Amino acid sequence: MKCKRDPKRIREVLGKKVQFILGDMACVYGGLLAGVSFFGGYPITPASEVAEGMARMLPRVGGTYIQMEDEIGSIAAVIGATWGGAKSMTATSGPGFSLMMENYGFAVMTETPCVIVNVQRTGPSTGQPTLGAQGDMMQVRWGTHGDFEALALAPSTVQECIDFTVEAFNLSEKYRNPACVMTDGEVGHLRERIIIPDEKDLKLINRVTATIDKKKYIPFTNSQTRKNCKVPDFATFGTGYRTYVTGLTHNEKGFPATDKQPDHERLVKRITEKITDDADKLVMVEKINLDDADIAFVTYGATARPAESAMEIARKEGKKVGLLRLKLVWPFPDKLITKLAKDVDKIIVPEMNLGQIVHPVKEVACKHCEVISAPKIGGEMHLPMELHKYLEGK
Amino acid sequence: MVEIKTADELNKKFLREGMWPTIFCNGCGHGVVLEYTFWALEELGWDMDNVIFASGIGCSSRLPGYINADGLHTTHGRAIAFATGIKAANPDFNVIVFTGDGDCSGIGGNHFIHAARRNIDITVIMINNFIYGMTGGQLAPTAPLGSIATTAPYGNIEHPFDISNLACALGANYVARWGVSHPYQPIKSLKEGLQKKGFSLLEFLAPCPTAYGRRNKLGDIKKHWAWYDNNTILKEDYEKIMKYGTEEEKAQVKDKIQLGVFQDIQKSGFFESYEKLVNRLKEKETKAKGAKK
Repeated sequence: MKCKRDPKRIREVLGKKVQFILGDMACVYGGLLAGVSFFGGYPITPASEVAEGMARMLPRVGGTYIQMEDEIGSIAAVIGATWGGAKSMTATSGPGFSLMMENYGFAVMTETPCVIVNVQRTGPSTGQPTLGAQGDMMQVRWGTHGDFEALALAPSTVQECIDFTVEAFNLSEKYRNPACVMTDGEVGHLRERIIIPDEKDLKLINRVTATIDKKKYIPFTNSQTRKNCKVPDFATFGTGYRTYVTGLTHNEKGFPATDKQPDHERLVKRITEKITDDADKLVMVEKINLDDADIAFVTYGATARPAESAMEIARKEGKKVGLLRLKLVWPFPDKLITKLAKDVDKIIVPEMNLGQIVHPVKEVACKHCEVISAPKIGGEMHLPMELHKYLEGK
Repeated sequence: MVEIKTADELNKKFLREGMWPTIFCNGCGHGVVLEYTFWALEELGWDMDNVIFASGIGCSSRLPGYINADGLHTTHGRAIAFATGIKAANPDFNVIVFTGDGDCSGIGGNHFIHAARRNIDITVIMINNFIYGMTGGQLAPTAPLGSIATTAPYGNIEHPFDISNLACALGANYVARWGVSHPYQPIKSLKEGLQKKGFSLLEFLAPCPTAYGRRNKLGDIKKHWAWYDNNTILKEDYEKIMKYGTEEEKAQVKDKIQLGVFQDIQKSGFFESYEKLVNRLKEKETKAKGAKK
């Protein structure tokens, strides 16, 4: 049963335009709105509600849900489904995300669009299954072996779980790279009011599929049909292009070139540059009170919420505190942070880990201003007053 | 359609240009299995645009590269899970997985078990050479007791895995095991397995003279083939001897590897059941709407 996106049917299944739902469920809504037609998953706290929602809703919109035998199989099936023509996604949490690293890299190397929702929980290892954390922010960037670029969004609200899942699909489809929604146990298990966007407000990007003459088609090259575009057209299996897709280093035709340095360099540079070339265009941030700020919080995901409260308290006290919230964490907005560092005296980076995103911040900001990590671990969010203390210096 | 009569004509039709030479050693059985598969596909007359191959890692997993068709060469052991997704996206596809004994029964064992249990409508062609050939001859889960591998230098002490037997226990719709010295039964079996709805496993015992043979005094391919002749038995013969044979005859065959079709049943496949589920939901919804009116 091949599934075609039917906007009317999707809205029928999703129900009322305004609802009060769980963050995890909002990722299901986002996936459905984006046109997901395959979900492969494996139960894991605190992400199971995504699979449960998909199991309930996907058959009703004509898509396929399979509970796989583990997370390795889930991401494998997701990638297979993409090559079969589906828009596909999976959802997991830390331990499952670790298991997915192998095929996450395969998706990068074979330029397979797919979306992974990671409802982060504390680690290392099984950690605190029911409690939120932001401990996988570096894993998503560096976790699979070899050189690659990550696309990672971090929602702070339930509404953003919808919007960012749609956005993850768009980025993934556009760049033919896996994209991750790095939510966490706090946002994932939060209930908030959401508004389902109207079809006319929904901007969807779909992969460019190959239409060129089959004999001329080169599956892994740049600019064959689109000028200055490092993303090749996608030849869906079964459309007669007879493409060979391998995780081995391959030449432009897709054939293994495991002993050829130039082929490897050309390939890996292209699949990273297709994203880094556009990094400045891709910046997605929210700026609050930055115009006159002396101190800035640089934050993302759930942590942005107490940080915003801390900022508001400080503003009432007359302190010039601002906040920069990263919606898209990877690729990292180097230039924007550099500019911010020049404008303020101090950057505070609150995170629910022992300091991860503070490192790329330091990398570009430390020459210009003081950068302080404000960590909190153990499955509790920062209290606004805990963050407020960092404004004074410890 | 031109009728194909020779192997040369067959190769012209099915092989992918530009991928030669192959990685296979002299005396390797993989090419033979590929040839059997081509004959089966030719006799079935399937549109090759609709036949999708997936494979994992190892010598056998390189086979899709030599076939003029869509192919997904995936990570070690995971091909069956990838194939599940391919089939899910488009159940009209005929999905074939090439895998080896290490890929399928070692690192990929869990994916194999669950695809067979779910009765995913794919055909798995597992080429069993008792060894990790591509990496230079390490111990495989299928290696006979006492056999030598680089990581079992004093002889294998582990009991070998019988994958066909496992597939039968899991309720796979079609399970057969053959060697590479008799073409007719395997080609017939491949055709049956490919056409079968639900999960099919075709296991092929194939020699690896380089990584297995040399270390096990079977480096000479003639000796290797003789080993297969002496250590395999047709399932029907085995059953007859076990029922009517003398104790001496029974002792002679009891440890031999059986060849033949082990299972040929019609359990409902996953995607068939899934479609029914979708239709059931539709009917329920239509009824509910009707009741409201």
